[in-house]
Amino acid sequence: MNTLIVISVLAMVVLYLGLFKAGKSLLPVSVAGLLLALGLAVAEWDVNPAPIYKGMMLFDNFAIAFSVITILGTVLILLLSKNYFEKISEHVAEYYTIILFALAGIVVMVSYHNLSMLFIGVEIMSVSLYILAGIKRRDFASNEAALKYFLMGAFSTGFLLFGITLIYGSAHSFDLEVIKQYVLNNANGGINPMFYTGLSLMLVGLCFKIGAAPFHFWTPDVYEGSPTLITAFMSTVVKTAGFAAFLRLFITCFAPLADFWLPTLIVITALTLFIGNITALYQSSFKRMLAYSSISHAGYMLFAIIGLGTAAINAVLVYATAYTIASIIAFAVLILVKKQTGTDNYEGFNGLAKKNPFVAFALTIAMLSLAGIPLTAGFIGKFFMFSSAVAQYQIWLVVIAIINAIIGVFYYFRVIVAMYFKEGKNLILATPLQFRFVLAVSAILTIVFGLYPSLIAGLF
Amino acid sequence: MNVLILIFLPLLGALLALVAKNFAKQAALLSSLITLAIAGFLLCCFTPDASTQYLVNYPWITQMGINFKAGIDGISMLMVLLTAGLVPIIILSTFKHKYENAGAFYALVLFMQSGLLLVFTALDGFLFYIGWEAALIPIYFICSLWGGQNRIQVNMKFFIYTIAGSLFMLLGIIYLHLQTPNNSYDIADFYALQLDSQTQSWLFGCFFLAFAIKMPIFPFHTWQPDTYTEAPTAGTMLLSGIMLKMGIYGVIRWLIPVVPLGFQQWGHLAIILSVTGIVYASIIAFTQKDMKRLIAYSSIAHVGLIAAGIFVWNVQGLQGAMIQMLSHGINVVGLFFIADIIISRTQTRELALLGGIAKPAPKLAIAFLIITLGTVALPLTNGFIGEFLLLNGVYQYCIYYAAVAGLTIIFGSVYMLRMYKAIMQGNTNNLTVNFKDISGTEIVTLFIITFLIIVVGVYPQPILHISEAAINHLIATVNAKL
Repeated sequence: MNTLIVISVLAMVVLYLGLFKAGKSLLPVSVAGLLLALGLAVAEWDVNPAPIYKGMMLFDNFAIAFSVITILGTVLILLLSKNYFEKISEHVAEYYTIILFALAGIVVMVSYHNLSMLFIGVEIMSVSLYILAGIKRRDFASNEAALKYFLMGAFSTGFLLFGITLIYGSAHSFDLEVIKQYVLNNANGGINPMFYTGLSLMLVGLCFKIGAAPFHFWTPDVYEGSPTLITAFMSTVVKTAGFAAFLRLFITCFAPLADFWLPTLIVITALTLFIGNITALYQSSFKRMLAYSSISHAGYMLFAIIGLGTAAINAVLVYATAYTIASIIAFAVLILVKKQTGTDNYEGFNGLAKKNPFVAFALTIAMLSLAGIPLTAGFIGKFFMFSSAVAQYQIWLVVIAIINAIIGVFYYFRVIVAMYFKEGKNLILATPLQFRFVLAVSAILTIVFGLYPSLIAGLF
Repeated sequence: MNVLILIFLPLLGALLALVAKNFAKQAALLSSLITLAIAGFLLCCFTPDASTQYLVNYPWITQMGINFKAGIDGISMLMVLLTAGLVPIIILSTFKHKYENAGAFYALVLFMQSGLLLVFTALDGFLFYIGWEAALIPIYFICSLWGGQNRIQVNMKFFIYTIAGSLFMLLGIIYLHLQTPNNSYDIADFYALQLDSQTQSWLFGCFFLAFAIKMPIFPFHTWQPDTYTEAPTAGTMLLSGIMLKMGIYGVIRWLIPVVPLGFQQWGHLAIILSVTGIVYASIIAFTQKDMKRLIAYSSIAHVGLIAAGIFVWNVQGLQGAMIQMLSHGINVVGLFFIADIIISRTQTRELALLGGIAKPAPKLAIAFLIITLGTVALPLTNGFIGEFLLLNGVYQYCIYYAAVAGLTIIFGSVYMLRMYKAIMQGNTNNLTVNFKDISGTEIVTLFIITFLIIVVGVYPQPILHISEAAINHLIATVNAKL
């Protein structure tokens, strides 16, 4: 709980720091504040399992684990922001504030115990993101991204809200516990058809938010048009939060109705995997490839929701962590390359390894992890996902996932091939200290989790 | 003393090679020799019965029931010896090359050795899979970074092929894990499973795909000739000498004993594919004009016979496969080394452009002859005993298959001796007249290889003895379940 308060207060403090022209202190204060929030979250581990605020929020271990991942991800991304926003505008403090507000929304999303809180969390986060996507005011792509994101986001929120209303109509409460009881009590045929409609609409709304096919159309354009740093935030932290919210709802309330929604979800998963991977294959822009790959990773993460149960929480936790740290490396290197070459195509990476062995090595680890090659965290994530699906005897779904994993190798290795095996312009990337730090930490974490996943997989 | 040291020592060596910069190759050689010494020590203390020795078993990912369980029995022992013995030879064979970024090169070679040793000693399904892939990643980079012209596409194909196979194997492993009563990946629990025949059939398919691609068995071999040709010689040696044995070992340890009923249904098809591969690859080898490609196809033919010997699943076949894996490893490394010597001096792989090298290079000619004879399975060379046992095994299964498989010896002699003739005999030409004979580390390397060929050929009994009990035990286990 304290985590949420600290993050919200921190956002205000940062805003005021901007007012007093304390530009240099923005980043240190934000990071320090987030680390404080992180510490407070960890301190609540195993402590307070009861819902608080009249059942509005529940800071159980699930909420804490996902808060920690999202906060850590935000810290890493903020560290990459040095001199990034300054180039866009003088009012830097607002950007930090908005990111922090988005994070506050995310913390609500992972710890809701009441559907109204889910809605509020999603909206706090989304509204912040609409602004962030458009912070490059004079850039056409950025404006397009913001508008598209806003329209699609509003549309999907409509679905979500309508779904919540219908569920309220049948269960007479927003409270997860009450809805769960309603489902359990009426499991043998007594459930109001309105409830099923509400469930479907919520499914659609949540699939929009996590960018699962066929509700993914906004993702590539928004991810490509937004400033790279914001894209990194959206495709890692925000996506993780979306899955946490999704999982919490389905595990707590809708698990007994799996017969109803599982077929739909399986189709969605298969579609997401194929569309994400096959389209990613044909991209010439690294950034756009990452956008599509994030769709395909949403597909893999949906496996957990198909698997359900505590093993599924572990699986999402591991997968989201692996995916987040690997993507942060990818986006960090992309920012560096783009700054120097002005392009985010694969060609920009040609011959990078010659003069920048460290950066190239970190990016290689990230790509191996995203491709799911063993000894990296990404493999463990995929392994957990496959296990949870095989446990439900969804063998064909795993076969589909395997085919997609093979396709994935193609496009992730393209950048490795470009860096190591192709001749380039021998350019030396200027790598600021923070970037080195983020790259090193993320690469080491990727390997450590790959070798000893019990560090995170043992939480539940 | 346990198997952990053996597995992790090459990793330390890899770090050392990275740090040692200018002395990378010496550091790598030192590391591989220490590994060999440890393997030798393990061999000395090894009791050749059916038990698993030097066992380690640590909890690793406890939530998933994954343990770091590894150990050595008679079958693993031979594979460990193969790996530990060939890597120093391979490293020694590179001493005359100047690799750009040598530290990374040798580090990757040693990293791969570690992965291979893990594959050959793992007794936990997950651990086996990790080793399986850990051996693949370094060889991909070795071949792509230091390979020839078309290395990027060729190695991509290789990588995709193998990873596709192994992902299906992963699916099989996960499925088996979920069937075990105590939620484990332990191979003993896999052996104890009683699955119905239909399930075993598709599981057989999953595992077979991975192993067949790795060996490679016809028709999954299409990646192999290109990859062998484009790889740097050390990479080719690692691939052909050791890595393809992963597939064979996998069949012996992880395929047939785990899904015996699946094997009963599909084993016949596997034998047909293996035997077809022998003939097919031999015929293609006849027509090759490129030295490296010829050796690559000959390797497919030899592996086809080994695979056939395993799938007939009797003592002769399996014992023959064990010793032939060693022999083939030694011979093929020798052949590729000689090819490398010739290519680096004449800058060509075309057989037609070579000839008469025996005159300026008599030492090379002798070594080449011994290795060729070993490859064509002349009695008193190492190839003979293996192929004899293998054919014997296939004969017991079906005489017609043995007849077809036996062609490998005739075909093999034809294309190998044809290659020898084209390269070494005849008249010298502009390219070969000033050919410098072997010297220094080349002599040492070839001496070791030829020495092994003759010693194993004359007195194979100790080697057969190491794996005998383990093989008998394994066959009994499977036959009890059929």
